[in-house]
Amino acid sequence: MRVTVNLYATFRSGRFEQELRDFPLGTMLREVVAAVGIAESEIGMSLVNGCHAPMERALRDGDSIYLFPLLGGG
Amino acid sequence: MDKIVRVNMSDLTTRMEAVPSEWAGLGGRALTSAIVAAEVIPTCHPLGENNKLVFAPGLLSGTTAANSGRFSAGAKSPLTGTIKESNAGGTAAQMFARLGIKALIIEGLPRGDSWYGLRVNKDGVSIAEETELIGKGNFAVVEALEARLGKKCGVLTIGPAGEMRMLSANISVKDSDSKLRSHGRGGLGAVMGSKRIKFIAIDDSGAAGITLADPEKFKAAARTFARALIEHPATGEGLPTFGTAEMVNIVNAAGGLPTRNFTYGRFEKHENISGETLRDTIIARGGSPKHGCQPGCIIQCSQVYNDKDGKYVTSGFEYETIEMLGANACIGDLDVIARADHLMDDIGVDSIETAVAIGVAMEAGVLPFGDGEGVLRLLREEIGAGTPLGRILGSGAGNVGRAYGVTRVPVVKNQAIPAYDPRSIKGIGITYATSTMGADHTSGYAVGTNLMGVGGGIVDPLKKEGQVELSRHLQIITVMLDSVGLCLFIGFPAADIPTCVPALIDMLNARFGLELTPEWIGGLGVTTLKTERAFNIAAGFTNKDDRLPEFFREPVAPHNAVWDFSGEEIDEFWNF
Ligand code: SF4
Repeated sequence: MRVTVNLYATFRSGRFEQELRDFPLGTMLREVVAAVGIAESEIGMSLVNGCHAPMERALRDGDSIYLFPLLGGG
Repeated sequence: MDKIVRVNMSDLTTRMEAVPSEWAGLGGRALTSAIVAAEVIPTCHPLGENNKLVFAPGLLSGTTAANSGRFSAGAKSPLTGTIKESNAGGTAAQMFARLGIKALIIEGLPRGDSWYGLRVNKDGVSIAEETELIGKGNFAVVEALEARLGKKCGVLTIGPAGEMRMLSANISVKDSDSKLRSHGRGGLGAVMGSKRIKFIAIDDSGAAGITLADPEKFKAAARTFARALIEHPATGEGLPTFGTAEMVNIVNAAGGLPTRNFTYGRFEKHENISGETLRDTIIARGGSPKHGCQPGCIIQCSQVYNDKDGKYVTSGFEYETIEMLGANACIGDLDVIARADHLMDDIGVDSIETAVAIGVAMEAGVLPFGDGEGVLRLLREEIGAGTPLGRILGSGAGNVGRAYGVTRVPVVKNQAIPAYDPRSIKGIGITYATSTMGADHTSGYAVGTNLMGVGGGIVDPLKKEGQVELSRHLQIITVMLDSVGLCLFIGFPAADIPTCVPALIDMLNARFGLELTPEWIGGLGVTTLKTERAFNIAAGFTNKDDRLPEFFREPVAPHNAVWDFSGEEIDEFWNF
């Protein structure tokens, strides 16, 4: 399956802003986070298709993933 | 000895008073609201002689406590008709505190057409007629006063919008770089204009300064407090790196980014206006990505933004302004938004109210969505010049909607809803609905918990569960922040770092020789909120005013979220 991974703020340094990535069907969000080289403890907000998702979320083809470090407010 | 300074503009007299015991333990918002509630007739006309304009520094302002220099301004708001407190950075709070001025109360209205300037110094306050600076923009006022009184003088000023008593007029405060911060919300600049005061200049030379009851204890607590601010990822890293515009991508991803006058929850050109892009642009042009709105700020969420040629355009370039003009008015161009920000500061209008009003005007067909040059023209030639169209736009989003027959008008109690769609981030919707100030994200910033789990875990932004309790808790805590003189962002470490609140209480105790416990926070919050609400009820407001506009019942993409709280559910907020 193919998912879109979006990275923000400091997660972009040395990585990317947005990439399409292939994973086996049923891959968990946790495995995607590991695959892009981010420690789970650094994650401030993880969204799948715009909704909060736990690391155990089993992903589906076409999902959009958004990963943010701990940030603040406006 | 701390004192209250009173200015009567009806007979042009001033006097100094001892601080009544019931106000002695108050500062900032708790104090301005207590004074307005005690002395202003709730049904009075906000621009008439019975309204009073009150300024007060926070309880810790003037000390070395980090981020403690916010200044509160209070009155009955001409925009909302409610009680109002609006706070800002700048240097005024610290100067007032060093001068021992607990509050400045301005009452009455002068007869005749003259304008005045006030001067506050160690001897009190004096009133002088002013001619030279009338009609001038805020930057020119600061420059002229520095030439008259010296570079170090503090300044509170209104622009042409305040002179014209526009309902979106703000009061600007000089910061340490001779630039401006604003008491933005609620039209307090119009109240100052109604009293025909163009500026208040502050000179703190020879001031007695602050005496700490226990300097050693204070020093230790201040250090612990500062450490908590640096330790928290939001205040230690996120805000100093990306500024508040970091929220653009966060809120866009979550589907709550108001776009095209609240028609959509995502903006396709969000990267053009994101905190990441802002930071890269600032660095490439030799601006400053970090900047404090007040001396003693160790977070520095503000920044200095230059144009392509490296020339200064604006500072204090906030998420709200960037979002409301960038996505909600579809301009999508930081350079144009920065120029608009500078113009709004100079004319002296609230950049939130004005940006939202422009979105409504675009929906009305006054100009097309995305017309950045058109917005600059409206600011310069209509609002700044006070043409009939400019006066409509300067009367705020609600009045633009009324004048043009628009139904999609994002206001509560006639104050514009800022840059978070309450359908997709429901906690902030409860704050918009129930705040005693009209729609105001800063009075209970539920976004932090809804999106990023500040304070012990995420409260799902798309569900109703827990939002009323969350907003209530935050609104109570925020009263404390607004009263101690701390900026809103101290709410993050206060919620997450266990040493933060005890250090804060220790600082207060060491400053005043008190024995407060953390329970004091809840008491202050509850009392102040109830005082403010009682004022609003006496002014004619009911629970029916604690509602969001009808159009929020329409679904918004990408989640097709709707505002689905019943009136009874919202009214639960006040059950404390
Ligand atoms: S963090 Fe931002 S709002 Fe708070 S005091 Fe510093 S510059 Fe001002």
